[in-house]
Amino acid sequence: MDEAKRKPVNPEEQKGVSRRVFITDSARGAGVALLVGTGLWSKAETAHPIPLREIRPPGALPEDDFLGRCIRCGLCVRSCPYDTLRLSRVEEPGVVGTPFFKAREIPCEMCEDIPCVKACPTGALDKELTDIEKAKMGLAVLSDHETCLNYLGLRCEVCYRVCPVIDKAITLERSQNRRTGSHAMFIPTVHSEHCTGCGKCEQSCVLTEAAINILPISLVKGEMGKHYKLGWVEKEKKGAPLVPSILNKPLGQWGKDP
Amino acid sequence: MKMGTLAKGSGVGKAARETKGWYLAHKWLLLRRFSQVLTIGLFLLGPLAGVWFIEGNLNASLILDKVPLTDPFLALQVWMSGREMESQAVIGLGIVLGFYLLVGGRVFCSWVCPINIVTDGAAWLRRFLGLPKGVGLSRNTRYWILAAVFVLPAIGGQLYWELINPVSIVHRGLIFGFGLSWVVVVMVFLFDLLVSSDGWCGRICPMGAMYSLLTPASRLRVSAVKRQQCNDCLDCFKVCPEPHVINPALKGEELGLGPNILNINCTNCGRCIDVCAPNVFEFAINFSDNSRIKL
Ligand code: SF4
Ligand code: SF4
Ligand code: SF4
Ligand code: SF4
Repeated sequence: MDEAKRKPVNPEEQKGVSRRVFITDSARGAGVALLVGTGLWSKAETAHPIPLREIRPPGALPEDDFLGRCIRCGLCVRSCPYDTLRLSRVEEPGVVGTPFFKAREIPCEMCEDIPCVKACPTGALDKELTDIEKAKMGLAVLSDHETCLNYLGLRCEVCYRVCPVIDKAITLERSQNRRTGSHAMFIPTVHSEHCTGCGKCEQSCVLTEAAINILPISLVKGEMGKHYKLGWVEKEKKGAPLVPSILNKPLGQWGKDP
Repeated sequence: MKMGTLAKGSGVGKAARETKGWYLAHKWLLLRRFSQVLTIGLFLLGPLAGVWFIEGNLNASLILDKVPLTDPFLALQVWMSGREMESQAVIGLGIVLGFYLLVGGRVFCSWVCPINIVTDGAAWLRRFLGLPKGVGLSRNTRYWILAAVFVLPAIGGQLYWELINPVSIVHRGLIFGFGLSWVVVVMVFLFDLLVSSDGWCGRICPMGAMYSLLTPASRLRVSAVKRQQCNDCLDCFKVCPEPHVINPALKGEELGLGPNILNINCTNCGRCIDVCAPNVFEFAINFSDNSRIKL
């Protein structure tokens, strides 16, 4: 019968019944909650961990922290003067409601005052980022040598020209054109230390499909073991060779001064 | 599934319409729809007309570039995930909490939430078609789900409910681009229509459950002030999305219960006031000495 039709009853009389109802109700409620919980959990775990072509705004915390902190409000989106950012929709691969941009469509113009970071109410975009050239939104990768015009020996290099951090984040490295034998090739070369991942290069690549692409840092950035030392760097730091020169020591006298 | 006669539900509120006139029999409903549309419209003024009164969405927003608002349901999940929020979000949280503590938590549901329009629609159609109640999910299920929503971020560090939360998906969709969000709308509508009466808002939605917990301190309550004049037409029970809340106030006189609807799940929607021909109910700000200011 309708809950609505119930007339007031003496609570004492109802105790036994209502306890039983309470227990079955609770069990069912807990069951549904468990179902929903595991459902959501597996949805989150099986979803693409990092949206491949959805690049996070400047200053975004590492993806795990970002997903815990971004409240999906879109204030960053609103503050962007170039309409670069948008929020992921239900049907898109990213986590629904979180901000991203697609470099090929509208790249980040690297505003000096970084309004998107300032607008973020939670700090999912880190206010520690005050110099936009220190941003690490992603990393440009020249992913296809066969179609890049400069690799074919032409002088396109639009990606290089448009880079806001030109000559630091991207350089043209000269090498010999083996096909003609007598020309140089100017190879666009990205330097991960300085690339901000703004996507200007990907956007302006003249090919039908860009040969240079922004990808998530966690996916493409290499990392050397902590114990690796670059001899030439250490040498410069020390201002002298790291080991005493051994070549002018007489053979067979290791470690002993003659 | 057994179908009732077609005209079964359409008589609800007829007596009120005839005695009070159409407008007074829909007064609070109209005000509520106005408020809900305003909640969406004000956010749309920016992108559509370039008037940036309020930016963001229901999860967090900024009024006139100054006053922040943060949804407590979201903020609590962020905290449960072990992350901090910056001061802007925390101040916004304080403002929103203060507001709902004052007017009653589930005022969010009936006056602000966009999904309420969908579930109200389903409830109306269900009454009109005289459909049976459907699956008897307990109304406490939502509190279990609420517990899951807050425990999950503590374990996995993400805001899991946001992956499916129809409230934020729909509100955000309306403002930032709808895409396939309509699927969510249709699912909630069909769930309420065919699976369980008052199913989403009354039994599942953990957001409404959380807001209900903000209600106890509120002084703004619906009161069955003229309960002696109740003629047992049951129209209020039929339109109320949480009918169990009415009984103690309306019929509890002999048990010594006061006329105020105190149950935390009364959404302060005022629909019971509308449909009652003898005007039993009214909105009132109630004081501890039993005096009240009628709205
Ligand atoms: S730095 Fe400027 S262009 Fe880039 S995302 Fe932020 S607001 Fe938009
Ligand atoms: S402003 Fe911050 S919290 Fe809001 S959507 Fe952007 S990153 Fe997320
Ligand atoms: S119960 Fe949930 S969906 Fe229903 S009105 Fe309240 S917040 Fe919205
Ligand atoms: S008791 Fe009245 S005001 Fe409260 S939820 Fe029911 S119809 Fe709305």
